Amino acid sequence: MAQAMCLIDTSRCIGCRGCQAACKQWNQLPAETTTFTGSYENPPRFSSDTWCRVAFREHGDNGRVDWLMSKQGCMHCTDAACMQACPVGAIYRTAFGTVDIDQVKCIGCNYCVVACPFDVIGFDRRTNKARKCTFCIDRLENGLQPACAIVCPTRSITFGDASDLVPEAMIRADRLRAAGRVNARIYGLDELNGTAMLYVLTDAPEKYGLPADPEVPLQTRISNVIFRPLRLVVVVAAVFGLWATRSRSKQLEQARTESK
Amino acid sequence: MTNHWNDYQHSDVIMAIGGNTAENHPISMKWIGRARGRKGAKLICVDPRYNRTAAVADLYVPIRPGTNIAYLGGLINYILQNERYHKEYVEHYTNASFLVNENFSFDENTGLFTGAEPDPVRNATKYSMQDWQYQTDAQGNIRKDPALTDPNCSFQLLKKHYSRYTIDNVSRITGTPIDVLEQSYSLYSSTGQAGKAGNILYAMGITQFTHGAQNVRAVAIVQLLLGNMGIAGGGVNAQRGQSNVQGATDMAMLYHIIPGYNPCPQQGAHPTLADYLARTTPQKNWWSNRPKYIVSLLKAFYGANATAANGFGYQWLPKLDGLDHSHIPAYKYMRDGEVEGLICVADNPLVGGSSSRAKLGYQKNLKWLVSIDVVENETASFWKGPGMNPAEIDTEVFILPAAFSYEREGEKANSGRWIQWMWKAQEPPGNAKADLWIVNEMFKKLQTLYQAEGGTVPEQITMMSWDYDGPDGQIDIVKVCREINGYRVNDGSLVTNFVGLQDDGSTACGNWLYSGYYNNLESPATKKRIRETEGLGFHKDWSFAWPLNRRIVYNRASCDLQGKPWNPDAPVIWWDAAQGRWVGNDVPDIPGAWSFEYSTENPFIMLPEGVGRLFSIGYQGIGGLLDGPFPTHYEPADSPVPNLLYPQATYNPVSQRFYEDHTVETDEERQRYPHIATSYRLVEHYQSGSVTRNQPWLVEMMPEMFAEISEEHAEELGVKNGDMLIIESKRLYKDGEQGHIRARACVTRRIQPLMIDGVRRHVVGMPFHWGFMGMSTGDSANDLTPSVGDPNTTIPEYKAFLCNVRRA
Repeated sequence: MAQAMCLIDTSRCIGCRGCQAACKQWNQLPAETTTFTGSYENPPRFSSDTWCRVAFREHGDNGRVDWLMSKQGCMHCTDAACMQACPVGAIYRTAFGTVDIDQVKCIGCNYCVVACPFDVIGFDRRTNKARKCTFCIDRLENGLQPACAIVCPTRSITFGDASDLVPEAMIRADRLRAAGRVNARIYGLDELNGTAMLYVLTDAPEKYGLPADPEVPLQTRISNVIFRPLRLVVVVAAVFGLWATRSRSKQLEQARTESK
Repeated sequence: MTNHWNDYQHSDVIMAIGGNTAENHPISMKWIGRARGRKGAKLICVDPRYNRTAAVADLYVPIRPGTNIAYLGGLINYILQNERYHKEYVEHYTNASFLVNENFSFDENTGLFTGAEPDPVRNATKYSMQDWQYQTDAQGNIRKDPALTDPNCSFQLLKKHYSRYTIDNVSRITGTPIDVLEQSYSLYSSTGQAGKAGNILYAMGITQFTHGAQNVRAVAIVQLLLGNMGIAGGGVNAQRGQSNVQGATDMAMLYHIIPGYNPCPQQGAHPTLADYLARTTPQKNWWSNRPKYIVSLLKAFYGANATAANGFGYQWLPKLDGLDHSHIPAYKYMRDGEVEGLICVADNPLVGGSSSRAKLGYQKNLKWLVSIDVVENETASFWKGPGMNPAEIDTEVFILPAAFSYEREGEKANSGRWIQWMWKAQEPPGNAKADLWIVNEMFKKLQTLYQAEGGTVPEQITMMSWDYDGPDGQIDIVKVCREINGYRVNDGSLVTNFVGLQDDGSTACGNWLYSGYYNNLESPATKKRIRETEGLGFHKDWSFAWPLNRRIVYNRASCDLQGKPWNPDAPVIWWDAAQGRWVGNDVPDIPGAWSFEYSTENPFIMLPEGVGRLFSIGYQGIGGLLDGPFPTHYEPADSPVPNLLYPQATYNPVSQRFYEDHTVETDEERQRYPHIATSYRLVEHYQSGSVTRNQPWLVEMMPEMFAEISEEHAEELGVKNGDMLIIESKRLYKDGEQGHIRARACVTRRIQPLMIDGVRRHVVGMPFHWGFMGMSTGDSANDLTPSVGDPNTTIPEYKAFLCNVRRA
């Protein structure tokens, strides 16, 4: 497969969160402890244990309401900020064109977590590793669709190859505009030079809680260009930093236990 | 359902009313999506809340809870006034032309039909119904006026009855803006022409009212007027909320019927089998076969003990004693100490039942309680509930762990009547057993005890033929399937379908409707899984649909008088003149012995008059509702306003009311409970939540009980999103003290105040999934709901009641 892709057509999303549950189930991610905060959206943000969420956003005035729902998670960008930010090359492009984190190589420096323009990478405090959606690479490698796509009852999430899904997305966006959804558009074609999660949105991305113009942060770009040759130095520094943080946090933990 | 989920793909306009289809039936949206994608179908969502279905609908119609008949009555009036009805269909396939007894009338002041009289037993109104009849000639034939102009014909009576349901009047009652009403009526009634299909989907937001059965009737009238019955993409589609609830009703898990939708025998009226059959069997059309089904059923029940001489054991069948034995009164009898024991199978009434907190106390009067469930639910552990003192409770509780649906084999009937075999995916944990295993062991033990010790009418148990054990002494499910399918008594051979059943005791059949689903042991239809690659998506070789593997019932009505499909693009069946028989994509709903002419005169073969009922009465013992031939707008029992259509009427006068001082009656109470409330389900939780509230991933998504209120309402209350609310209803008012439930505030634009007769009213929406057991606990909205019931079904009025809301 040249470029694996999920087409996410928000006009078909009914917010059933089958994708969210399927993601947790396939990847065996533990549930988080949550409270009801006033929205159906829960957990409120991505974390090392939550890689896929359905966002629910309300808009409207004068009695008119729009309740926009969309499956969100790692976009698997072409210009992936996380890849550029990673000092040890733990974040790599897979054979399917998706972006994955090598859990063995990851040193837990958190640079990718900060760099991601979509805030979808979580830091796992149990293992000190960064984690995020893998595009279900373990399923792809076995000829299966990602868990979120196979479970979607309305085919709001369609899995396939970019060469098929990009034209399909264009047709659908055109159809929506023709049907009066004048703000309908494609999201993820130009953004970051293309993302493996391609959206058909019925309205502006901000209305779905997606950044209007996602970018690789300037710092990440600069550091990537300037310091790339110095990667080894960075690695050594990072390892040192990690060691220092860990021993410090151990001390803190000890102090906390003693004070109880 | 008259049609099927996947048949939605053929609809042109779909109206989801009283059913949040995207939320509670997500897979339906796949087929609605296909209809929209392929033929530009439109989706209308009629609901008090802008819900998940509304979010993807083309038109959202807000409506006050409990006013569906006003809305649908307005639609009927719109269709009639603007002549949007399918004329040929209405004239020939409904009873529009039938003349009704001249004494029949309706009083627009009192809101009562002729024949109303006090019912001292129920402290309500009842109808004598003697004037609710068709006019007949000397030969007993129904008199008709094909021109539909006689003032006593069903059509003119219908027109007169709904003439009050003008858009202005409806808007005053329902709170729906006038332009939205007009838009929705115009869009939906556009399906009243040949070639167009309108589909009405509903669920508990239509049925759970003191006029729930009449709500369904109103839907049926709309579909008959528009010619939407029997066609692909049409139908009256009750969306079932549980994978096998259709199967449960088919098998008569209701006290008033016995398997296959046969009426339960009554003590006074049906002393013998001959009386029962005489009074319930019409002379014409399909139900005239009832004796074959009943005698075969009795043979299945009592085996060799059932003989022609003893009325096939009819005397052992339990008879109705004239009292209501459904959910609400069962708990009232429990309160009064008249119920000794309760067996709850996969049921959790302390969360799912109305006025559930009061019921907690009633269960103390039980000597014993058996709960058969996959988890320890609230009903089983009522003695641990709020305000309970275990030291004072003598009830002995038995919990029998049951296997989950994936841990046992057997068939399930889905909403579209497909009886699909389910294979076991894994073994149940620990001592958990399949329901069938539990029932089999329980019955065998009971039979032994009754044989040894006797008891009250022991024959009911001892005469029962019960031979379902396999060679290993364990339940053999194939034996059960054989009996449901039906077999010949002399050699045990399986009958092909119910056409082979006899009324002389030579056949036995556990449920005539299912006959044919397991008519061979090698490859029973229920286990077939062959997809169709062309056609309308009926998938005739995928499982078995009752009756006779028919996918759309009343499909004769999909063709015109000459037998040609109204819609040639979606032909269900058609008349093949060359072959001289009905053929098509579906199994024709026409007995082979019927002539073309007879089938054309009787498209609705289950009714003795053979045509759909606009005016609905019990005719030759079939059908009819207790509260009137036409659906009529009555307020819910808890109502904030007077009946705006009929000055002297309020709520349904025939409705079932069991407790005194239970609903809001006075103006003082209306001020104390000023807000209109409705209860609903979430996709993340299932029914009483006993399973899903123990599932961490689902609890993570929907962790707490909440209530949806509008932004305006929140501002008045000084409440922010996520704050804790206190909600009160009259059901929690006792001895001068007001009880309450707690819920997080969900302040949302999706709830809007409604203008009801010029006054702005707030609406509060609450899910009911929470209880005091399990991983995620909280209060149930059902602590607030009233125990008042529909006169025909006694279903409680869960969906419309009054409450007060405060900040905690």
